[in-house]
Amino acid sequence: MPNKSRRIRCAGTLLLAIFFPCLAWADSPSPPRQAELLNLVRQDCGSCHGLRLNGGLGLPLTPAALDGKSPDALKDAILHGRNGTAMPPWNPFLTEDEARWIVQMLLKGLP
Amino acid sequence: MRRYLILPLLLFQLFLTGCATAPQRGTGDLGVIIERATGSIQVVETTHRTRLGQVTGLGDLSHASINYSRDARYAYVFGRDGGLTKVDLLGMRIVKRVMQSGNSIGGAISQDGRLVAVANYTPGGIKVFDAETLDLVADIPAIDRAGKSSKVIGLVDVPGNRFVFSLFDSGEIWVADMRTPSKPAVAKFLNVGKEPYDAMITADGRYYLAGLFGEDGLALLDLWNMEAGVKRVLNGYGKGEQKLPVYKMPHLEGWAATGNELLVPAVGRHEVLVIDQNNWNEVGRIPVHGQPVFVVARPDNRHVWVNFAFPDNDTVQVIDVPSRTIIKTLKPGKAVLHMEFTPRGEQVWVSVRDDDKVEIYDTETFAKISDLHAGKPSGIFFTHRAHRTGL
Repeated sequence: MPNKSRRIRCAGTLLLAIFFPCLAWADSPSPPRQAELLNLVRQDCGSCHGLRLNGGLGLPLTPAALDGKSPDALKDAILHGRNGTAMPPWNPFLTEDEARWIVQMLLKGLP
Repeated sequence: MRRYLILPLLLFQLFLTGCATAPQRGTGDLGVIIERATGSIQVVETTHRTRLGQVTGLGDLSHASINYSRDARYAYVFGRDGGLTKVDLLGMRIVKRVMQSGNSIGGAISQDGRLVAVANYTPGGIKVFDAETLDLVADIPAIDRAGKSSKVIGLVDVPGNRFVFSLFDSGEIWVADMRTPSKPAVAKFLNVGKEPYDAMITADGRYYLAGLFGEDGLALLDLWNMEAGVKRVLNGYGKGEQKLPVYKMPHLEGWAATGNELLVPAVGRHEVLVIDQNNWNEVGRIPVHGQPVFVVARPDNRHVWVNFAFPDNDTVQVIDVPSRTIIKTLKPGKAVLHMEFTPRGEQVWVSVRDDDKVEIYDTETFAKISDLHAGKPSGIFFTHRAHRTGL
């Protein structure tokens, strides 16, 4: 039984690796969670940063705007917010891996 | 000679036929639903609760808002990407569209209906357009005394053909008198408070109130007595208490004025504040389900409907104003963004973004009457706004 489930997981990872070569590292969120996260970024982050992430009350989050910024610092800003600004901490709703994944997506440009 | 007459006659005949078949209707029961995902709007009517059509090609509609022409036929759509679009509700088409800035947040139409103003983030300021042609009439950059550009928020119209707005970064309130549209006379009020994030005008057009994000309190300008300057009210209403993180900025456009009382969303708290409009003191707090975003009064002012910021945005609550208690809690669905009452308030339309629908409720029984499909709906705007100051 455990063997089987591992095989399924391996097959899943393999499929992911084929279809999304750059996403399929071990702790990337599950596909349904990814869809939720993308909706969260577009719609809820979009409240301040714009649906197209070109900025608003919050800074722009396009790949061009984030170019050269440290992924770790961006992840921390998502998880812990930014003091002295309106950016709130999202750690009640996101794991560290999820925040890291969001940063990867932002740096590449959302699909 | 006769041959030459036939063509115009035929054309005239066609024209007459066209007129005869186009059904005539008023616009008083019409409205618009913003569809964020697709950059489109739906034109709806509230009498039979149906969708009449869709207009596409309106750009980035996150945080989009609408003002109506004074004949309530045309909607001015303000998009996040700086697009200003004039839409004909009856013809269901775009009349004119201009890209007027890089990034904008909302607009207002003047008392006489001849000017449309847009509040911009980048570059900060307001631009004023001819409502008929959308030609630029005046440009008022929001440059503070240090020479820095500021994001503009809380733009409203007030009597005397004036626009009032706030500067987020520099903490100022400006009043632009547009009697000579090409030469606005601007009165500036400095140091009104830290980070005004949105503002409202009371229905009579007298009091302009800006909510402050950077501190607890509100900045108040009495337009009947501008010499008195901007007053601070509700100073430190949350002093000593830890403010919660804010996942969505409250909106003040819908602040409920119920006779002598104003009900306003508390920033970073699960509370609605009650303010006595005679002395601008806080006279009560109503605990609610989450951080309020819109706090809107039913047109008869007896009830106030409230929706909430993420993560409590699946809920709507109804406050009974006389007793200041919650009499109903509804769960319309995932991500409730906006509520709009029909002109006399018998229905309320509620947009539920993540469920791609607008729900319609009876405001007396709270029963759901109907729903309409819409692509990631946000703001809902009915045409009676055409005749109200500040909307």
